[in-house]
Amino acid sequence: MSAASAPSRPRVGLFATCLVDLIRPSIGFAAAKLIEQAGCEVVVPPQTCCGQPAFNNGDRATARDLALQAIDAFQGVDYVVAPSGSCAGQLKKHVPELFAGEPDLSRRADAFAAKVFELVTFLVDVRGMTSVPARFDGVVTYHDSCAGLRELGVKAQPRRLLESVQGLTIAEMKDPDVCCGFGGTFAVKYGEISDAIVAKKTDNVVAAGAGTLLAGDLGCLMNMAGKLQRQGRPVRARHVAEVLAGMGEEPAIGEPTRGE
Amino acid sequence: MTAHFTSPAFKENAHQALHDPALQRALGNVESGFIAKRRKAADKLPEFEALRDSARDIKNHTLAHLDLYLEAYEARVTAAGGQVHFAPTAEDASKIVVDICRRVGARTVAKGKSMISEEIELNAHLEAAGVKPIETDLGEYIIQLRGERPSHIVAPVIHLNRDQIESDFRRVHRDLPPERDLHAPESLLAEARGVLRQKFLAADVGITGANFLVAETGTSIIVTNEGNGDLSQTLPRVHIVLASIEKLVPTLEDASQMLRVLARSATGQEISVYTTFSTGPRRPGDVDGPEEYHVVLLDNGRSAMLGGEFREMLRCIRCAACMNHCPVYHAVGGHAYGWVYPGPMGSVLSPSLIGVDKAGQLPNASTFCGRCESVCPVRIPLPKLMRHWREREFERHLSPATVRSGLKLWGFFARRPRLYRLATRAGMGALALLGRGKGRFRTLPFAGGWTATRDFAAPEGGTFQAQWAARKERA
Repeated sequence: MSAASAPSRPRVGLFATCLVDLIRPSIGFAAAKLIEQAGCEVVVPPQTCCGQPAFNNGDRATARDLALQAIDAFQGVDYVVAPSGSCAGQLKKHVPELFAGEPDLSRRADAFAAKVFELVTFLVDVRGMTSVPARFDGVVTYHDSCAGLRELGVKAQPRRLLESVQGLTIAEMKDPDVCCGFGGTFAVKYGEISDAIVAKKTDNVVAAGAGTLLAGDLGCLMNMAGKLQRQGRPVRARHVAEVLAGMGEEPAIGEPTRGE
Repeated sequence: MTAHFTSPAFKENAHQALHDPALQRALGNVESGFIAKRRKAADKLPEFEALRDSARDIKNHTLAHLDLYLEAYEARVTAAGGQVHFAPTAEDASKIVVDICRRVGARTVAKGKSMISEEIELNAHLEAAGVKPIETDLGEYIIQLRGERPSHIVAPVIHLNRDQIESDFRRVHRDLPPERDLHAPESLLAEARGVLRQKFLAADVGITGANFLVAETGTSIIVTNEGNGDLSQTLPRVHIVLASIEKLVPTLEDASQMLRVLARSATGQEISVYTTFSTGPRRPGDVDGPEEYHVVLLDNGRSAMLGGEFREMLRCIRCAACMNHCPVYHAVGGHAYGWVYPGPMGSVLSPSLIGVDKAGQLPNASTFCGRCESVCPVRIPLPKLMRHWREREFERHLSPATVRSGLKLWGFFARRPRLYRLATRAGMGALALLGRGKGRFRTLPFAGGWTATRDFAAPEGGTFQAQWAARKERA
């Protein structure tokens, strides 16, 4: 790994995101594998949270502390890549807002934000990846998570890579770009409304006729998977990185882990 | 402030709305109706995105020089023989209107659609003064028959189904033959028109809102699809325009640019059926028009917004595209928001007008999906402004205690990476053990809002950071 030289082999700091770190580490490994396939070295600096829950609940002080912590932790890397449009959006779009008008901090925040990318856009737009050497036998449908779609323009890139997966067919659902009702703490604070929104989403997912639901954000996926499972609907949910990395045979979100 | 609102009970309102089958049926029309029409209208116009920029810039410029344009507007209205009344508060505005009605001995008032009238609760004030307000917009007329409030700023009765309206008409229009066929929506419109026509002729005063006020000419502009606004302002002896101060635009050219984005964003029309300009009372030689022309300009907290972080909200042209595209509005409808302005624009505006202590639920009840901002014709960053309200609430300790303590606990660990790694490793290990049979939980403490209706995935076990470190050590 250390054999390759720096310029041709950029150093990527993987920002796993707290949900992936805590709930589904396999997404982190899938992301790392893809970043390596894109010709980069992967490092995982000590990290916690991007600060979005604090930021979106009005707690700017905590959001600032966590932003500075991330800026420090990822100082020595060429890129910061997160398998989440939501967390990448926080780091890329909102961290600079937190320090607007403070020249020194603002410069650091801007330089940091310029290095941040959502995983799939990094692979396609930055590294020029057009295909992946993966196989997945089945029909999938892809949900466009809101922050990735509207803050970072994640839309065509995941579909392009998915089309290169052997054996995979994409069946688009109705309104793939409409919110699933997750919204972070919204899903708990306004659980009843969140549920009404996700129920429409799972209807669309099922109507698409796919066996697997993919998306680029674990929060949205847990929401949709949790609803599908409670409804007893046999659609399995995974992060898009799992399929792209050829790890689509592992237990899906909310399924028991193997061998236990 | 006498505003009547149920915004603090947003959650309870939403609960009721979610369990109201008729409402849920009606709300389906929001998604199926407005969204595709707007998309089609926007796609047909290659310069639509550039027009949105231009609309934003026109409003920004106007707001930056609002004092100047207000003075210029007043001077032109006065020169045309009209009178401008500045109303600092909702009470002031109602009082000005009621006083005019009293002075001219008005018994009935014909009203065009006006959200400002809702904001200042004008109908209640008129009735208290013995003046009968008659809503002439079909939707507002139905609302008035039902004793309700509009649930949408463009389509006031979007929460109703056709059959509900038919039964209202049969209940109220007693002098019409009971066997008449009211099945087609057009027949409802025709019946309302017939009933209203007589009332237009009898009205002493006509009140309209304004979509734009033009500083250059002293003109007020309204757009309607029924033509009721024209009749409201030309038939009665006295015409009162009721508008808030941010309706100003500098010139007629600016107004025509704004009109190009308004109807497309609102209903997907290229232009509304009627666009009506009014400037002053009837002049010698005019064939029609009112004898008196008044403009009541409402502030009601808006000038205070000019200098602060909610200034961008004053660009709003009330097209309703934000609520038409909002998943929360689709789920609960407009009445749940509990005051005059529903949806994302209301979630930003209402706390400014009635106080964040009363309307604080509204900016919190958003997933921040950003679809509202993506369609706003004047590019108001609605999620950002809702977040500003959450910041104010947090600073003032108005956020719910559970949210505050949860964030505090999370923040404590998240600020201490080493402790975080230890704690999460242990915590996730334990949760993984608990959930390993099924791979998910059907109930979880502190997450009842989630697990009441959805399963919650159990952790795989072992954090990513711990597993990654272990792998690196082995390598």
